[in-house]
Amino acid sequence: MSRPSDHFDSPAPQAPAPDDDGNIVQPKLGFVGWMRWFWRQLTSMRTALFLLLLLALAAVPGSLVPQRAADPNGVTQYFVDNPTLAPILDKFQAFDVYTSVWFSAIYLLLFISLVGCVIPRAKHHFDALRAKPPRTPARLSRLAGFQKRTVEPVANGEAVRAVAAIESARKILRKSGYRAVVFSAPGKNGLETASVSAERGYARETGNLIFHAALVGILITVGLGGGFGYSGQRVVVAGGQTFVNTLSAYDSFNPGRFFNQTALDPYTIKLDQFTATYETKADGAFGQPTDYNAEVTTQERGGATQQSDIKVNSPLSIGGTDVYLLGNGYAPTITVKDPTGKVVFTDSVPFLPQDANLTSIGVVKIPDGLAKQIGMIGFFYPTQATSTTGAFYSTYPDDDYPVLTLNVYDGDLGLNGGVPTSVYSLDTDKMTQLTGGTTGVDSIELKPGDSQALPNGMGSISFDAVQRYASLDIHHDPTQGWVLLFAASGLAGLLISLFIPRRRVWVKASENTDGSLSLEYAGLARGEDPRLVSAVADIAERHATLLGEAPGRGDPPAS
Amino acid sequence: MTLDEYSIFFLYAAMVVYAFAFIAFALDLARRSAQVSAGNKVGIDGTVTVAPKVLETVGADGQLVAVAASQPASVAAGAPAVAAGSGSGSGSSVEGKGAGGAKGGRVAADGSVSRRSLSLRLGMAFTVLGFALEVVADVLRGIAAQRVPWANMYEFSMTGTVLIVGVFLVVNTRVDLRFLGTFISGLVLVLLGVSTVNYYVVIAPLPPALQSAWLVIHVFVASLGTAFFALGFALSGIQLLQARRENSGSALKFLKLKFLASLPDSTRLENLAYRVNIVGFVFWTFTLIAGAVWAERAWGRYWGWDTKEVWTFIIWVIYAGYIHARATRGWRGSRSAWLAIIGFGAVLFNFGIVNVFFHGLHSYSGL
Ligand code: HEM
Repeated sequence: MSRPSDHFDSPAPQAPAPDDDGNIVQPKLGFVGWMRWFWRQLTSMRTALFLLLLLALAAVPGSLVPQRAADPNGVTQYFVDNPTLAPILDKFQAFDVYTSVWFSAIYLLLFISLVGCVIPRAKHHFDALRAKPPRTPARLSRLAGFQKRTVEPVANGEAVRAVAAIESARKILRKSGYRAVVFSAPGKNGLETASVSAERGYARETGNLIFHAALVGILITVGLGGGFGYSGQRVVVAGGQTFVNTLSAYDSFNPGRFFNQTALDPYTIKLDQFTATYETKADGAFGQPTDYNAEVTTQERGGATQQSDIKVNSPLSIGGTDVYLLGNGYAPTITVKDPTGKVVFTDSVPFLPQDANLTSIGVVKIPDGLAKQIGMIGFFYPTQATSTTGAFYSTYPDDDYPVLTLNVYDGDLGLNGGVPTSVYSLDTDKMTQLTGGTTGVDSIELKPGDSQALPNGMGSISFDAVQRYASLDIHHDPTQGWVLLFAASGLAGLLISLFIPRRRVWVKASENTDGSLSLEYAGLARGEDPRLVSAVADIAERHATLLGEAPGRGDPPAS
Repeated sequence: MTLDEYSIFFLYAAMVVYAFAFIAFALDLARRSAQVSAGNKVGIDGTVTVAPKVLETVGADGQLVAVAASQPASVAAGAPAVAAGSGSGSGSSVEGKGAGGAKGGRVAADGSVSRRSLSLRLGMAFTVLGFALEVVADVLRGIAAQRVPWANMYEFSMTGTVLIVGVFLVVNTRVDLRFLGTFISGLVLVLLGVSTVNYYVVIAPLPPALQSAWLVIHVFVASLGTAFFALGFALSGIQLLQARRENSGSALKFLKLKFLASLPDSTRLENLAYRVNIVGFVFWTFTLIAGAVWAERAWGRYWGWDTKEVWTFIIWVIYAGYIHARATRGWRGSRSAWLAIIGFGAVLFNFGIVNVFFHGLHSYSGL
């Protein structure tokens, strides 16, 4: 069986024969029979179509609700906004659609069907490639592009022989890429009749098989890549902070199922400088970023240091990984001293941008060295302005007029319970707010170089400098080149299978008693073939011209 | 005026001309309906053929009475036999005025008179003119922005519609699809209307993520694919109507779509739709792959089920389904046509709804 039995080109199914009483008896199926029946259903065109449409449908919900893999914050927010609906949706894996049981079931079934469909077809096609084109049909007149021409005996009275004429037709067909076989037999009048049966466009089926096989290739390589690859994020502050590619250096890390820690190549990346360029023209685009550039110094194990730039759209390849520049922001350098002037904290603290003008929020936690644990929630405005209500905001993303404000809390930072906490959030449940908000005490407000006393005589805080940071994504995917290769061969296979016509062409020559020769030409489309008729006409024209027939003397092509 | 203002001026001019094209194409369809009702033969190219008037000798006095074979109602008694003129009397103003003589059309050997459709030719002329104006508008926008003019919704709409019209014109050099003119000019007008009113943005520099050669390739090919899908959609739609007409005889009369009789039969329409849709499908496949390559560069992963990626995938799978349906017994014909229609619905949804209302990494629509 080459194609599924419900393929459009397959012979129509035979109804089971009625028995003596006129009832239709289904043959009894044993276990093997049932399995066969099931397999036939699974690998039918109808099932493939159904599963394809189901796949399209099943992909929709993932675009309607946020997905954990692509947008974890969106999912959290969704739970806050829809407290009753969200857990129900979650039961149906609506936040993990593309890894859900039901989505996976659909595409796995589809691919089983695909393999079950492609293997028999590949075998059949392999045989077809070596088989001869079929015999010339007895009557060509009902086929596509049929035309009949007559070649008169040439001047010296010598008749053109059918076999010779067909031999020249065969040559023409061969040159046009047809596989051709010649048949000859005596005709009804006892004279010779010969024909050539030719077929071309086997590549159409080859292309189709390549395409479907490439789909399987993509599925497998994507799966393997996910298993053996890993990805992680790390924030690096400009001005010399260095990332070493080891597990502990990552801020977050997502290993594939088969990840092995020894796979990490411990190269280093030092962020020397980060430059962001913004549109300065005062039209609609004022303040839009036009360029981000991270200048880094890298070093691979045992190698020399190297300078590189990492940009959006231009990742850095190093140590089997690709390093992408996916985010950036400000990291104010903050120093806290105790009342004696001893430094208890100094660091450039990455703040998370909140809007297009990079108003940013960050958290400083000081567990030790002061009378009490303190935590601070900071707001950073790269170019600060004051609204009519007195609230601060940022008017431009570059640090033209940077201001840092901090609300101070004291109490229990909650770091001792062993539960990991985010460096970007402060749990104020067990803390007391000392500045800002409803406390009646002004927030701490600093410009670069300023310092100010902490409340309750706990010490002092200074804002030393504005630093930029870059958020780097480090990915390792051993198979992505293969995925691309399969995708490209799939596209090539698709082009071949959709646009190379598969057709049969026949030329038949019969000798007549008056010494003339009747020539018949016809073709048959096998699949979509809009140019079949003109192709047959073209061959007829070339052949007849070769035989010395005056052009245009034949019967007009039957349409 | 700045270059961008010139661009807007040309765009408005193009829209006015497209509106004229739309009217002319619509008149052509109306004329086809009228001529079909009048019993005349109307070709795919809009040519109306009026059957020859049969000359009969009536009575012994040898008086000639002209009897129109196919339309007794409009007998112009005493008119010369060949002067079929505006024989149908069906009052479309654009058709020939020549009530006498062969001016009104070409007279064939059998005495039938065929007349080409003036409104159809006008429609095409307006379309070509509108296209030229819109290309100027598009190029000016590109020069003003110093980059390709397809980096936000406003620009996608402009370049996308240029491509839709361009593909329509190019395909017409191979197959006569002018009868789709009403649909194409109407679609383009609606898209341009919505986008100039809602999506116009001043020229802005490209954000870093869009600064890539892939913007040029990926977005352009996606628009090209869309243009082919649009044609396929129209063909499949007409195919459905045509199939209903063929199956139910005259049952569609209440729809007043008599012009269907002048269009190709449903099988031919299906084949045309298929040919156009597979070209669209190939472009879409390329878009999908190029998008993944670009996503790998810009976002660090080639596939992440971002909303826009999801919809590109859905569209691709629907059209793969369409191609399969064409090869599945029981699904050829109207059922597969429905899939092409749903597919184009998804394309429009992806462009008009996903870009605007869904958020994801593709939020570059400039809104
Ligand atoms: C991942 C799922 C699949 C996708 C995306 C897909 C896609 C396509 C596409 C795009 C074509 C047209 C291009 C060509 O002819 O090569 C096609 C054709 C074809 N597919 Fe699939 N396919 C899938 C699964 C299957 C399965 C499971 C079967 C078998 C039951 C199948 C059988 C066929 C056949 C027989 C054709 C040729 C149609 C013709 O004769 O015109 N495909 N497929």
